Amino acid sequence: MPEVDNRQSGWWARFLAMPNDRPVKTLAVTLAVAFTGAVLVAVTAVLLRPLQIVNKELDRSLHIEDIVRALPRGGAGIVVVPRVVDLTTGDYIPGIDATRFDQRQAALNPTESVEVKSELDIANLSRRSRKAVVYVGSRDGKTELVILPVRGQGYASMLYGYLGLSEDANTVIGLSFYEHAETPGLGALIDTAQWKAQWRGKRVSDGAIVRLGVAPRRVKPDSDEAAYQVDALTGATWTGVGVNNLLHYWLGDDGFGPYLAKFRKQGG
Amino acid sequence: MKHPMIRAFINPLIGENPITLQVLGICSALAVTKTLATALIMSAAVICVLTLANGSISLIRNHMPKNVRLIIQITIISSLVIVADQMLKAYAYGMSKQLSVFVGLIVTNCIILGRAESFAMKNPVRLSVMDGLGNGLGYAWILVVVGSVREVLGTGKLLGATVLRTSADGGWFEPAALMLLPPSAFFIIGLLIWIIRSLKPAQAESEEFHAQLSIEGEDKR
Repeated sequence: MPEVDNRQSGWWARFLAMPNDRPVKTLAVTLAVAFTGAVLVAVTAVLLRPLQIVNKELDRSLHIEDIVRALPRGGAGIVVVPRVVDLTTGDYIPGIDATRFDQRQAALNPTESVEVKSELDIANLSRRSRKAVVYVGSRDGKTELVILPVRGQGYASMLYGYLGLSEDANTVIGLSFYEHAETPGLGALIDTAQWKAQWRGKRVSDGAIVRLGVAPRRVKPDSDEAAYQVDALTGATWTGVGVNNLLHYWLGDDGFGPYLAKFRKQGG
Repeated sequence: MKHPMIRAFINPLIGENPITLQVLGICSALAVTKTLATALIMSAAVICVLTLANGSISLIRNHMPKNVRLIIQITIISSLVIVADQMLKAYAYGMSKQLSVFVGLIVTNCIILGRAESFAMKNPVRLSVMDGLGNGLGYAWILVVVGSVREVLGTGKLLGATVLRTSADGGWFEPAALMLLPPSAFFIIGLLIWIIRSLKPAQAESEEFHAQLSIEGEDKR
């Protein structure tokens, strides 16, 4: 009888009957578990990817809406139009569908992007796209707002956000980061309504240099810096420094400087 | 005696609650209970991961190589956590942004590895699944209580709806800012443990050692 049993039981049963600590079985079980886990993770990630992209896009547009809502009368009646800008000349480029233009992809593409010179690269970008999509908001034909995409290295991650400026290109409407991976409870506070509210109404420059940024302390309300700077985030020094760097880069000549100069002159 | 399946499910709810008796999973209980909504989503994620991890580990328990069993358990748990994280990013994006790293950190939640080692490795699949469900719910109700208390006392709201009108909105309630900080969860969990252990004195731990109060020479009096 046992002989018959042995013949009937195939390699699978023999494998299962092996002592668990035999190297062959240890290896096989470990590989099988790892493989199953990998397949599970890969399948979910691939299947859910389209939904996640939609969510991300929706979230990004909510951040733009948030800035628009900070305008007088809650931004009622504001029409926001995305437009592609040539960063070097500061001119609008006609004939490109701004809703389709992927600035992040462009920054990775060698022909669509330029290297940021190391002495100018305070925001740690290494490359930036030649073109950028800005959002121009107008009410009854009058330009009231321009929203610039900004990014730069924070403490733990690249910060991606939008900076909204009013028609004089020197007053902040809002600054909002839609993607980052800063430390929860510290650097991630850049994403809280309370901190974001401080940016509203700050001046960009005093006519000579860009002074907008995060102060290294709590801003005294009656001080000179109160017009330009917001409170530091405790325990998130490097996130604050990162925000400063990216503001200085993108508001400077290598960033949106040429565009903003023309925007100011033409009123959009 | 109750049926073992029911016992595996009921026991962890209060009698052997993972947070109040075993004092496991405290880290996430502090981090995600600022509002009830985050507590609920986190609970759901932990229940799913814990139940499935217990089930699948129990399924292969007889063929688990002894010396690498922890690695295998963590592989299973982390795969499930990644799946849960991806699900949240796809179906509850706002929530997943609020929970940030804490979903990923379910991997390191001691409750899950603890149940895998102490229960799923020794018990059949269905029993392990019930144990996972029970422990998950035991964790969940504590989180829900802590989250509710913190949100109501910290903001006067529950799930975003006003419960107590704050003085800023013209009501009488002065929000307790402490409740929005992680330590407040410690206080609430401490109070819960106190209540449960007063009702069930058997849970109170005996002192492990007595402090040496006598000073040298004094006991020779």
